[in-house]
Amino acid sequence: MSLELRRIVAGYPAHGSREARHEVLHEVDFDASPGSITAVLGPNGVGKTTLLNVALGWITPWAGTVNVEGRDLRTLTGAERGRLLSLVPQTDHVAFEYSILEYVLLGRAPYVGSMQSPSAGDVEIARAALEQVGMGAMAGRGILETSAGERQLVLLARALAQEPRTLLLDEPSAHLDLANKRRLVGLLQAQADTGRSIVLTVHEPEFAAALATTVVLLREGTVLAAGPPEEVLTGALLSRLYGISISVHRSDGRALFAW
Amino acid sequence: MLVAVVTLVGRYPSPGFMSPTLLVRDPLALRLVLDLRLPRILAAVLLGAGLGVAGIVLQTLFGNPLVEPGLIGVSQGSAFGAALVLVAFAPPLWVVQWVSALTGGLGLLVSYRIARRFRFGGWILRLVLSGIAVSALFSAGVGIVKFVADPLSQLPTITFWLLGSLAATSWSRLAQVAPVVLLAVAYAWSRRWRLNLLALEDRVSFSLGASPGRERLALLVAATAATASLVSISGIVGWVGLLVPHAARRLVGADTTHALPVSALLGAVFVLASDTVARTIIVGEIPLGIVTSLIGASGFILLLVRNQVRVVR
Repeated sequence: MSLELRRIVAGYPAHGSREARHEVLHEVDFDASPGSITAVLGPNGVGKTTLLNVALGWITPWAGTVNVEGRDLRTLTGAERGRLLSLVPQTDHVAFEYSILEYVLLGRAPYVGSMQSPSAGDVEIARAALEQVGMGAMAGRGILETSAGERQLVLLARALAQEPRTLLLDEPSAHLDLANKRRLVGLLQAQADTGRSIVLTVHEPEFAAALATTVVLLREGTVLAAGPPEEVLTGALLSRLYGISISVHRSDGRALFAW
Repeated sequence: MLVAVVTLVGRYPSPGFMSPTLLVRDPLALRLVLDLRLPRILAAVLLGAGLGVAGIVLQTLFGNPLVEPGLIGVSQGSAFGAALVLVAFAPPLWVVQWVSALTGGLGLLVSYRIARRFRFGGWILRLVLSGIAVSALFSAGVGIVKFVADPLSQLPTITFWLLGSLAATSWSRLAQVAPVVLLAVAYAWSRRWRLNLLALEDRVSFSLGASPGRERLALLVAATAATASLVSISGIVGWVGLLVPHAARRLVGADTTHALPVSALLGAVFVLASDTVARTIIVGEIPLGIVTSLIGASGFILLLVRNQVRVVR
């Protein structure tokens, strides 16, 4: 397993009080194997991002264990962690006008010594990552000039430049137009084919159905269902998940979700 | 890069209207240049480079182009400590120095602790807000010290010192602060690419394998140590830490691999030029802080009006 989460209990200290805490995940189990694409679906505030943060090591769970490539996440050094796991956040606030290439190059940080600058080889890898997401021609442009969709592709390129074993993506499709969504599907599938495992949170069942090998439905901090998309993305389960009536229609082998 | 800095600085002629032949013939002129001007010129270079580096480090760490040592309690803290011991004990200079370095660090620590306690706004806003509040507290403290100071002997010293000046620089004072400043600058210099990571959101820099909390703290300590030691020999010299990094980023881009050395260079040139103006333009002496504020603030307004400073968030 690339990523193994066992009986994870996690949350945040409650606002305004030292003792009380707000538990978000209640004993969640989660796996991602090499070559798999796991889509996590659930209503807003259900703990999807918390799950990613626990997998990344950014949030230390109150109970349970996280194993990455068979090793306890807490025992890894920063550089080791950075070479195994990478994150594509929904947005990243950038305060200064970096060029897109300079920004993507930051993805090489786990491979660059703390007193060194990236090598020519690192620049090559960063350029290749930009080509992969279709932004190669924009390498020299300023990061602050990008649109929300372009920014998301740049974030993805930075994560690819990290050459991780597992790619964690937080709603990667949120700002993308239809053509770029299709590109993203192809891109993530190509990454999975090279043996990486992909974990992403999504809001659109269509997007999950289009690329996931496994779908996890998260409801009130527990796993409602997990399995192949055709078994999990059913009208009955989705209706329970979101608390509204949802029907699934099949056409040309594709699932369409009416709500 | 270092060599480039040195040669560029070396190009500066020792200012004034003295011809080099005079130096050879007149032993007094030689003494004057060696004992007064030279340490002062070196101090100006050190001050400018140190403030320039501290400025860009702080701006990058806080992901905020409007941060400078004066904004997060360091300068005012140092000033308060120095003014207090000046009035209370009339101590030797090295005591003033250490006390001001300590209170400068204290200023940052207090700002930081208060910002951690805020339940309001993002981290950057909280830090800047608490920095302003802490600076105001220390300024009030300086005001009280000035009020009780002996108006004839102590007040002029304090006032002149608060305005910033290198007039009292000597070899021994320079030797006392130079190691701290050089060490701090060297530390930031050696990690200048990695510094970029810390401009990102904490979770993102963590995902890139960094330990944002620890690495940020180390660089903060370095920047504070440099600033506080510099303030102890020069008093408050404003605007260098704010304007110089902006200019550097405009010239070579945001990547601190290049922007940090350029910031050091520009800072050195800026302060050296300002100090030269300060001591040559009139018979007496204009406090250096006034010159840098005058040039720095007008330069900054110019940049803002010409829409070349981007402030996001």
